Amino acid sequence: MASTAPSPQPNFALDLEPLETHAFGNRSLTWWGIVAFFLIEGTAFALAIAAYFFLMSWDHAWPPPPLNPPDLLAGTLFTIVILLSEIPNTLIKWAAEKYELPRVRGLLVLMSLIGLVLLVVRAFEFNSLNVFWYQNAYGSAIWMLLVLHTTHIVTDWVDTLVLAALMFTPHGTEGRRFVDCSENAVYWRFVWLCWLPIYALIYWLPRLVN
Amino acid sequence: MSERTYLRDGPDLTGAALHDKLARTCGDRPGFWGWAASVDHKSIGRRYLVTAFVFLALGGVLALAMRLQLSGPQKALIGPDRYNQIFTMHGTTMMFLFAVPVMDAVAIYLLPLMLGTRNLAFPRLNAFSWWMYVAGGSMLWIAFVLNAGPDAGWFSYVPLAGPEFSPGKRVDFWAQMVTFTEVAALAVAVSITATILKARAPGMTLARMPVFAWSMLVVSLMVIFSMPSIALTSAMLMADRMVGTQFFNPYEYGDALLWQHLFWFFGHPEVYIIFLPATGFVSEIVQAFTGRQVFGHTAVVLSLVATGLLAFGLWVHHMFATGLPRMGYAFYTAASMAVAVPSGIQIFCWIATIWTGRPRYRLPMLWVVGFIVTFVAGGLTGVMLASVPLDLQVHDTYFVVAHFHYVLIGGAVFPLLGAVVYWFPKFTGRMMDERWGKLAFWIALPAFHLTFFPMHYLGIMGMPRRVYTYPAGMGWDTLNLISSIGAFLFAGGVMVFVGNALWSLKRGEAAPADPWTAHGLEWTTSSPPAPYNFAHIPVVTSATPLWDPERPVTRGLRVEDREVLLTTVFEARPDLREPSPMPTLWPMIAALATTVLFVCSIFTPWAIVIGSVPVGVALIAWFWPKDRGPEGEPVVD
Repeated sequence: MASTAPSPQPNFALDLEPLETHAFGNRSLTWWGIVAFFLIEGTAFALAIAAYFFLMSWDHAWPPPPLNPPDLLAGTLFTIVILLSEIPNTLIKWAAEKYELPRVRGLLVLMSLIGLVLLVVRAFEFNSLNVFWYQNAYGSAIWMLLVLHTTHIVTDWVDTLVLAALMFTPHGTEGRRFVDCSENAVYWRFVWLCWLPIYALIYWLPRLVN
Repeated sequence: MSERTYLRDGPDLTGAALHDKLARTCGDRPGFWGWAASVDHKSIGRRYLVTAFVFLALGGVLALAMRLQLSGPQKALIGPDRYNQIFTMHGTTMMFLFAVPVMDAVAIYLLPLMLGTRNLAFPRLNAFSWWMYVAGGSMLWIAFVLNAGPDAGWFSYVPLAGPEFSPGKRVDFWAQMVTFTEVAALAVAVSITATILKARAPGMTLARMPVFAWSMLVVSLMVIFSMPSIALTSAMLMADRMVGTQFFNPYEYGDALLWQHLFWFFGHPEVYIIFLPATGFVSEIVQAFTGRQVFGHTAVVLSLVATGLLAFGLWVHHMFATGLPRMGYAFYTAASMAVAVPSGIQIFCWIATIWTGRPRYRLPMLWVVGFIVTFVAGGLTGVMLASVPLDLQVHDTYFVVAHFHYVLIGGAVFPLLGAVVYWFPKFTGRMMDERWGKLAFWIALPAFHLTFFPMHYLGIMGMPRRVYTYPAGMGWDTLNLISSIGAFLFAGGVMVFVGNALWSLKRGEAAPADPWTAHGLEWTTSSPPAPYNFAHIPVVTSATPLWDPERPVTRGLRVEDREVLLTTVFEARPDLREPSPMPTLWPMIAALATTVLFVCSIFTPWAIVIGSVPVGVALIAWFWPKDRGPEGEPVVD
């Protein structure tokens, strides 16, 4: 196979050696991958929400009688915890961007614990919906929203666990791993932002329309 | 930064010495495991292409079987049940397993070469996507061979596809095949979008980017926004069928039309996901064979973007027969007619390019001419179908079958065949034979019209689509016979094309780097390209870099570790040197684990819970950083 050099002595116009080998935010490829996944998952959530409204739009009560709307306690508790989790989440992002390894390690362990707490509360949420998925399309729709978001929580929780473990290995000293921590924090923001409309649709809309 | 000095390309390391080192760094190991672990976009692009053409052949055989059955009235070659499976498999195979993946295949192979980089962004994701695609396609075809092929049509409408009217597992195989191909297409879309936005050669601003890259950027974003819809709704269908949800059951507050909305919110953009890459091929071919930049470059690019946006506003025109509010009819008619405008602008720009350039009617250009003639006819029937009264009259008839074969074969497959001829040297290092190629073209083009033109009349005469036979005396006999003869001739033309490709692969004339004196960066690489694509990353100063007097390059990328250059989104200024992944088997293992999960979940929902464990393990192993040895460049000490 021949060399691909365009001529025996190429015309070198730019030197790339001084360039950095990692960066935070939209300069890194990881950020673009994460944003693409935001768009994919965000579209799925938006369409699931559209399906919810489509099913709700027909001329019947929501929820159909004799069902009651979901109980508020577990879902509201979940919402408070996930909103508060943004504090350590932001701290991780800041620490990662300053390469503060001990702080990043500690906060990732904290976020892993918060993820676990959220999953436990989520289990109670399923128990407080006052409907099963097979009873009618209303039940199917709110179970769909909750299952989709639970998948979101589980995947990011596993992601955080793996990242926490990784930062305790020698790989944790590499600059690109700090980029991973920073981007994981951005992803967590997306997870709780998606939750807010879903919380409103599952717990509050059925109360407001009746 | 480390104190260690690394070997880099530049004046001291160029030519044969550089080639040897880069080939060692970027090449795959020989043998099956080297192939399976490859993350090289060229290896994956080639296998994507071959796989897509295998599915084209399978779908084509089904088409011939249907044409044989319909060649005369009351033929008994195929019974109704088998026929239902055959037309469903034909549509599903052609749309999900051929048309979308084949466009991805060309993009996966060519984009890094056109953009001046060494590999796609997220190359392991790209490798994963091929395994998912093959697994999903194989599952569907194995099910079909076992008489469990889907039989509710390629859009699987409920309630026919629901638990009440389609018991058994046939529809579940369809729905799960959709999941496989969505995962594959989304993975490729992410990879392509990131590559186009972040890995272009220095100086290749968005305005200088090849039109094909623009088309793939628009298409990848369309995939990202449309495919979640079918993934969501096919999951809802499976849930209705398996765990008793009531999404589509009107007796429990569900709605069958919800399926149609969610399906076509994906399904209509899907048509443009297939068509827009083909317009990208046409722009590239027309430029190369007229010796000038495409006329109205900005208008062509804006038309691509406009088509992509409008494509999301017309899905309801597939649902005119379901009954809509007046406003709905008016809006979706207007939107459907509006999409003809950007397509028309592109057609006029290509004609103007040919008119004002110095056209050479080599084989790829012939396919472009065939495309323009055929696609314009298909586009016109599309405008007709946008009108509600006409649509209601010919809904679900052969008129619609004629229309979408004109736009899909004429609009996508003809440019694809032109693209295969045009880039054949870059894929294989050899030229396709021109005389046999022309023979194939002159058989296939008239045979195509012989097959599908009569279907317009059949539709207007009332012949419904998806009927396994028809009684004599309806006046449909002769036209159906003509159509069937045409189908076999068309298949003959395609076989001449494929035979020519296979012969040329072994015996074709050896191709130089730039056999067509074309304009794009891909033609600076050898034919076929070395594993590393470019010895030195090129610097771009115009939209047609090979026609420029100077060909500047960069220096300073690592030679003993895989490294790619990242540039800024708009101006493509050099920004970062990032390591690119080494070959790995984890994407294949992750795809196998996902396949087990998907296939088993057709039979029990618990497979989703249990099967996610091996998938999780494989993904963690995939993401866990690999030790790059002494060549790894420490960045924080």
